[in-house]
Amino acid sequence: MQNDDVIWDVIRHHHCSYMAKIQTGNFCRNPYNVTGICNRSSCPLANSRYATIRDHDGIFYLYMKTIERAHMPNKLWERVKLPKNYMKALEIIDKHLEYWPKLLVHKIKQRLTKMTQYRIRMVKLSKKVREKIMTVPRKEVKRESRREEKALRAAQIENVIEKELLERLNKGVYPDICNYDEEIFNKLLDKNKEEEQEEEEEEEAEVEYVEGDYELEEEEELEEDIEDMGDFLKANNFDDIEGDEDDLEEQPAKKKAYVSYPLKQDDGTEKVRRKGKKVVVEVERDEDMGNRQHNAM
Amino acid sequence: MAKEKKRKAAEEAVDGDDYIEREDKNPKKQKLILASQIKNKEKRSAVYAKLKHEKRVEKRKKIKARDAASKQALELGEEPPEKMVPRTIENTRELDETVCRPDDEELFAGNDADEFSAVLKQQTAPKVLITTCRFNSSRGPAFIKELLSVIPNAQYYKRGTYELKKIVEYAKNKEFTSIIVVHTNRREPDALLLIGLPDGPTAHFRLSNLVLRKDIKNHGNPTSHEPELVLNNFTTRLGHRVGRMIQSLFPQVPNFRGRRVVTFHNQRDFIFFRHHRYVFEVKEKKEGLKDKKSKASQGKTEKKAIARLQECGPRFTLKLVSLQHGTFDTKGGEFEWVHKADMDTSRRRFFI
Repeated sequence: MQNDDVIWDVIRHHHCSYMAKIQTGNFCRNPYNVTGICNRSSCPLANSRYATIRDHDGIFYLYMKTIERAHMPNKLWERVKLPKNYMKALEIIDKHLEYWPKLLVHKIKQRLTKMTQYRIRMVKLSKKVREKIMTVPRKEVKRESRREEKALRAAQIENVIEKELLERLNKGVYPDICNYDEEIFNKLLDKNKEEEQEEEEEEEAEVEYVEGDYELEEEEELEEDIEDMGDFLKANNFDDIEGDEDDLEEQPAKKKAYVSYPLKQDDGTEKVRRKGKKVVVEVERDEDMGNRQHNAM
Repeated sequence: MAKEKKRKAAEEAVDGDDYIEREDKNPKKQKLILASQIKNKEKRSAVYAKLKHEKRVEKRKKIKARDAASKQALELGEEPPEKMVPRTIENTRELDETVCRPDDEELFAGNDADEFSAVLKQQTAPKVLITTCRFNSSRGPAFIKELLSVIPNAQYYKRGTYELKKIVEYAKNKEFTSIIVVHTNRREPDALLLIGLPDGPTAHFRLSNLVLRKDIKNHGNPTSHEPELVLNNFTTRLGHRVGRMIQSLFPQVPNFRGRRVVTFHNQRDFIFFRHHRYVFEVKEKKEGLKDKKSKASQGKTEKKAIARLQECGPRFTLKLVSLQHGTFDTKGGEFEWVHKADMDTSRRRFFI
């Protein structure tokens, strides 16, 4: 028996499984509800003549139910497809719900408006490019970090880089590398003068890289000493070498101040050199070069 | 059934297992049992300790014998017996057909025709645009600052809400040669997108283990000289391509006086980035200290050239996630290489 009031009484005062109570009010979860609020006039179960608009795949349908079909739940709801055009949809609603209560028709039209608006918005959003967030299972994250650690240990990066740089040096890629340490030399200036005489005899031929390529070393060396050094005496070179090497042994960890050496190829911007202070030239020993120097000398 | 299996296993005793002989009164019935089959804990642990001790003693004997043999061989002037090479993952890496060979004509031809050849042949100077994802926070800006100091001729542009494709177009108009997009996730830089221009490939890397300059002990401050590049271990074709892509970010004429080196070292598909300043020094090494017997070589000092590094700049690792042909286009682009889960199944297989 279909008595709306009885149904509403029972639903409201006892239990309705579609009702959701939250702090702002009672809402109805029934998909056929027009407004979504749990109301006497909005309840699709307690109104034998009812209509809604529902959305399927972007197309709107008008659903209607009448009391004549109340005994056939299977065929209860009649469906009418609404066109995408808003005005035309309104006309069709008017046509079908002509003699229906005004309140319901009004609510249905409001619902239609809202749904059209959100359909437009959805289309706009889907055209926009958004970042998609993907999750990575924790197992993989851990595995990657573990492998990375092991790879890091196996890599021995610093050693490899140093080896590579030395290889490049030996191949002759660097035309003019030179660096010297002012501080250390100044400290040990006095000490060196004593040792100088002893070590000069023992000293093995060492190559000075002042400027130019490896091959041009022997020829240009003497000239460079005189021209470029400016304030420096030629004899000081040997001092510098010896003093510097001793220093290297004693104070390996000290931070060095690198001053660039004025080279022939420079633009002419020399760094300021104070009078009286001499500059140390760090040299490298290259076995082949040593022999060559020996022969030249 | 189980007992039969155990007996059979015991009969086929393998060297590595902990089998002990059970002392049996009847010599005929003596059989081998696993040490783990002894139920009594004290007795079992005692047996294990004994086994371990035996193994250790054996190992020491072997090592001594080996050392003695090699010493003898050296003294006699013969060649010492071959040193055993430990088995590493790199030694036992699965054979990869795509490893580049030095005499590969196809490779060189491919290199001439690929997208980076213009930059690498110094026809155009590299110009890099750095930007971020839409929401940038915390370590992102600091990292970008450091990147700007590492890569010469790099500029930072704020992201705004532009689509990446629009940014690519904009960069093309302004004649950039590559774009770097630093992506942040959970307040940490997480991924790096390297886009070559005008129609270069897009490489997506995952970033991890970022250490900023201020967090490195004894760090140095980089100058603005052009750095030297060191690219290690990019062996396969894919690796070669990635290596060239990285190379195209940097100018091809390094300024050696600046003594700056930027390293991308590939190990097991992880690309480690390091930035150092280096110096060459002479190191005196005293020989003959270890060898007490030989008097002749005592006191001789050999001078060797060494390189010393001072780390400056950030330190991070990259892992290639995907390489896409053409500029950024995830939906329509053609992916040359994508990392899939079943590529991780073998521990000895690497792709870069």
